[in-house]
Amino acid sequence: MYEKTLSEQSQALAAGDISSVELTQSYLDRIKQLDADYNSFITVTEELALTQAKKADERRTAGDASALTGIPLAHKDLFCTEGVKTTCGSNILDNFVAPYESTVTRKFREASAVMLGKTNMDEFAMGSSNENSHYGAVKNPWDTKAIPGGSSGGSAACVAARLAAGATGTDTGGSIRQPASHCGITGLKPTYGRVSRYGMIAYASSLDQAGPMAKTAEDCALMLNTMAGFDHRDSTCMDREVPDYTATLNDSLEGMTIGLPKEYFSTGLDAAVEQRIRDAVAEYEKLGATVKEVSLPNLELSIPSYYVIAPAEASTNLSRFDGARFGHRCENPADLMDMYKRSRSEGFGEEVKRRILVGTYALSAGYYDAYYRKAQQIRRMIRDDFMNAFEQCDIIMGPNAPTPAFNIGEKSDDPVAMYLSDIYTLSVNLAGLPGMSVPAGIVEGRPVGLQMIGRHFDEGRLLNAAHRFQQVTDFHKASPFKA
Amino acid sequence: MAIDASEIQKVAHLARLSIDDSQVEATAGTISKILDLVDQMQSVNTDNVEPMAHPLDATQRLREDVVTEPDNREKLQSCAPSVEDGLFLVPRVIE
Repeated sequence: MYEKTLSEQSQALAAGDISSVELTQSYLDRIKQLDADYNSFITVTEELALTQAKKADERRTAGDASALTGIPLAHKDLFCTEGVKTTCGSNILDNFVAPYESTVTRKFREASAVMLGKTNMDEFAMGSSNENSHYGAVKNPWDTKAIPGGSSGGSAACVAARLAAGATGTDTGGSIRQPASHCGITGLKPTYGRVSRYGMIAYASSLDQAGPMAKTAEDCALMLNTMAGFDHRDSTCMDREVPDYTATLNDSLEGMTIGLPKEYFSTGLDAAVEQRIRDAVAEYEKLGATVKEVSLPNLELSIPSYYVIAPAEASTNLSRFDGARFGHRCENPADLMDMYKRSRSEGFGEEVKRRILVGTYALSAGYYDAYYRKAQQIRRMIRDDFMNAFEQCDIIMGPNAPTPAFNIGEKSDDPVAMYLSDIYTLSVNLAGLPGMSVPAGIVEGRPVGLQMIGRHFDEGRLLNAAHRFQQVTDFHKASPFKA
Repeated sequence: MAIDASEIQKVAHLARLSIDDSQVEATAGTISKILDLVDQMQSVNTDNVEPMAHPLDATQRLREDVVTEPDNREKLQSCAPSVEDGLFLVPRVIE
């Protein structure tokens, strides 16, 4: 059953072929058996999961079930879950049991989906490799020498290892698409404001967005139907109607124009990765799409712009971790300043401290205009590039990352080299656009994903394009256990 | 742009972080490399470009000035390191 998609499991539950308790128990058994190899979970909520599964079965018997009722999911440990430890991958929150529920996890609870546990992640979602977790690196199920990608690496790895039917992730600069790509699963970063950020521990507030990670586009559509929508508790959440994302999955791609940004296929892109992407685009042409070259002339500026804006917002967001109200407090502080400094320095890891320092510097007197204001101006130029490209095409395609997953430790001593690996994903967050990663093949035993970028609020078209691709290819069916 | 050790200590203080003396030089080196990377922006002409804080140019939504949340003080303080009589306790600030 664990090789079946979320959608197939939903049908099996509806047909009475299996109960949610049985399905949940089988995943809990797999986690116990296999996760020591991957480290994809920080917390496994076994007791809660079985209680929720029992309630889901009762709800189904009463004839009150939705598509997700009884489906076992995992949640990135960045979503506050009431009564359950919520660490954000950080030592500073190692003792934090959330006193309230995030909107995203509340919606899944209300649909009677089952929570198997909380997944490992780069501390405060800062990372491209999932090596920056207080709870240790996550291993890629396709090759445990490789990184799974970050920061939603635990969510990606647990879906790839068939330890959950689907998982939540968040994407600030590529953190859903890049690990989905490296782990051979399907992941969607929705438009900024499409999904509520309430109860998500903030990294960079103008970029963060939650989204689904699962085996297929159809499964992502089912999850997004539950996740998306207006929330009065999040002032950045957009008040727009949520369509049924499953209703348009089978629409024809005849006449769709695909834009290929020439800057996505320049130096630095691994030749074998490029070939997989071009092969995938050729499949779309067979499905009736036409291909056109477009340009995103300011693509390279997305790295400097992002690495000012995100740390600046992070330095502000992370100021709440001061040892006063929650989280780690140092032993016997001499005075208030000592409490702040030692609590934070003991609690935060190296990458988090590094980004706080960069952000504090960029926002400090005398540097604000040269860094933060400049980065926001460049952000507009990058957004305008996309708007111009979308006048010529319906959807943009390219790679998610320049190479397949690299080895654990390969870039961990060089943050700048690590930052450069985000070149294809960052600009999408700066522009607030929806983006997806869809499995598109294997290079030297490691998966490669096709990135698809849509217009604002055009998630339905992305899911439609991904679903049609998955009807004529079987890359999404490959798993580390039957490759 | 290179940043020196004394400036790193100043920024660390602003960020309420402490950096071991033995780590200051290495930290300054890493931060300088990151600032070199972001300094690519300086060569770009951004005259007359309006800064963009929200990708949809949305403005902050206002709401009615009415209470919508219940009093959750006890629950929210249940995870605090130290509380007394509904207040968060911190080291003495005023003698």
